[in-house]
Amino acid sequence: MELWDLTIRFFSMADANVRYVIFGSMLLGGAAGGLGTFAFLQRRSLVGDTVAHAALPGVAIAFLLTGEKNLLIILSGALFTSWIGVVLVNYIISRSKLKLDTALGIVLSVFFGIGIVLLSIIQKSGSGSQSGLDKFLFGQAAAISKNDVILLAIVGTALLAIMTSLYPKFKIIVFDPLFASASGLKTNFLQFLLSTLIVISVIIGLQAVGVVLMAALLFTPAAAARQWTDNLSKMIMLASVFGAASGILGAYISFLAPKFPTGPWIVIVVSFIFVTSILFAPKRGVISKMRLHLNNQRKTNREHILKALYKSGQKLNDWSKTYSISEIANFWSFAESKLKYGIRQLTRQGMMESINGRYKLTDIGISEGARVLRLHRLWELYLSKYLELPEDHLHRDAEDMEHIITPEIEARLVKLLDNPQYDPHNQEIPYTDGKVKS
Amino acid sequence: MTPDMTVIITGILVAVSCGLIGLFLILRQNAMLGDAISHSILPGLVLAFLITGSRNVLPMFIGAGVVGVLTAFITETISKTERVYKDAALGIVFTTLFAIGVILVSIFTGEIDLDQECVLYGEITYVHWDRLIMFGLDIGPRAPVILAAILIIDILFIFLFFKQLKITSFDPQFADSLMISSKKWHYILMIFVSMTVVASFESVGAILVIAMLILPGATSFLLTTKLLPMLLLSALFGTLSALGGYYCASLLDTSISSSIAVFGGIIFFIIFLIKSVVRTN
Repeated sequence: MELWDLTIRFFSMADANVRYVIFGSMLLGGAAGGLGTFAFLQRRSLVGDTVAHAALPGVAIAFLLTGEKNLLIILSGALFTSWIGVVLVNYIISRSKLKLDTALGIVLSVFFGIGIVLLSIIQKSGSGSQSGLDKFLFGQAAAISKNDVILLAIVGTALLAIMTSLYPKFKIIVFDPLFASASGLKTNFLQFLLSTLIVISVIIGLQAVGVVLMAALLFTPAAAARQWTDNLSKMIMLASVFGAASGILGAYISFLAPKFPTGPWIVIVVSFIFVTSILFAPKRGVISKMRLHLNNQRKTNREHILKALYKSGQKLNDWSKTYSISEIANFWSFAESKLKYGIRQLTRQGMMESINGRYKLTDIGISEGARVLRLHRLWELYLSKYLELPEDHLHRDAEDMEHIITPEIEARLVKLLDNPQYDPHNQEIPYTDGKVKS
Repeated sequence: MTPDMTVIITGILVAVSCGLIGLFLILRQNAMLGDAISHSILPGLVLAFLITGSRNVLPMFIGAGVVGVLTAFITETISKTERVYKDAALGIVFTTLFAIGVILVSIFTGEIDLDQECVLYGEITYVHWDRLIMFGLDIGPRAPVILAAILIIDILFIFLFFKQLKITSFDPQFADSLMISSKKWHYILMIFVSMTVVASFESVGAILVIAMLILPGATSFLLTTKLLPMLLLSALFGTLSALGGYYCASLLDTSISSSIAVFGGIIFFIIFLIKSVVRTN
């Protein structure tokens, strides 16, 4: 009951503080999600991790210099050291044989180390109120106040405006940097601007998510959005929505359990969105791929049954003979359960009919069976004639291809091979209606 | 042994064992995997605590080994879908696992011997009083004893499989053509990285582990192209970081782990600048 009351209180936003926290979390999640899409596509996702960690010394230095916890000053400090961190990463790569991953690791660990050194000096020297700085490690969305929200709103809107107005240029830089510089864009400047925007979006999230996990809000929404679309603008919008939603839900969880840090909960929510996306996204999700695979397997199974019955009918020249399940199983060493399932499907499709528990092909089934066998033998002939494969190498490949060849390819094969009558094993290739031919 | 000595020795052991094993991550251009594993083993560690109710060494190592390999494996699986690049996949896996770990820590604070800050920068100051008791015998301070054992195991591993590690790190395609599976050795290396990380993690926290996995190796990478000298230099830079960091921390009265990390960074940047100046002249 208490949970319900709290939920109502949170989402009705009757409480002013709750309102600030919700808007704040939504804004920063949306900004990070949207801008993170660019970093994700440039394969610079982990740069965000270094940027976030490199903010910590800035937070501490700003506090040491001013002695107060003014968010604007603290975030300026964070922006300053994060930005130095990015510059250093690029400098290390350009002036040594070290690669991006190592440079990121170096800057991350050294800057974070400096941050902790300063933080523990602050904690040892000062009064209790200063210990609030450690909230920047794992985040505390509840700490977002009215003034903070105004700041977040201004910065968030500015980020969004710049991103939208430069969207076409950013798009070219991300997808084709060579073309961008060839067409006269100032790529270095634009790349610098894009990096700066990403750094800022990381910085404004620090309060709620914390330096340690902030990077997740950059790349995870983008990775989730990537599962649903191939279109950049849609991907950015989706990533923003995912980021905003995780921000709000994270804030909600932290509202229910205020003594826990918010960052980890936000990460759990956004990772959950990612897992759901990668599993369930249409066409490319894991589950729909599995379904596609299963459908192909079933089709192959059905076509094997048709082909086996067709060959038997042709051999006996008797199309009204019925077969029991075990007789059919002997044709092709079918697994019984798969065979029964295939026959059920074929009966439903009108390709087979059952007479007193025994089965035979219908007329449609006969011409389908003929088609599969025809494709098999056409392909064998093609392989033998054009690739000059020896006779004993043909069958297995044709076993696969008979299920794949489309009517268009079939027509071209027939034309290319000049209406062949016999396959390389000297067996007849059945056309339109096998019944008459054989 | 005085408490201060114990701290210094612990620091050196962490720095050398991480420095040696971390070098291979750098050679494989996979340095951030060290960062990732240092984060993602946290839930494994917490669960091992919660399940066994004690800080037994064996479950801890098994938990860490499993999570370490799992991190590499899930990353591989996600990036195989071809819609998430490897770096993002790695980021997603380790932030998720670390978030789970931090939540577990915050829920079970009091029941386990960890808190949120300790996860990050450890409690190396108190290592002397945390004793390892086996068969009712006080063997010595827990952290350095375990770390010494891990260091010996790491050195043996590198010594025995020097050829395989070298060839799969420098030229994975060539290794594959010689039937030395670079993939298999990648996962084996992950097991050793995880074990080394977990042994260091409890006493010194994530930050020093990450720093020592990367900094000594990166510094020595600047100076030589031969593997054996690189390993020796890495161990040397690790040791210097531990000594210098400890000294600075006692001067400034601040976190020892973080100072060691920062000192490792100072050594790196000094060598880096000297190299740049020498090259431009």
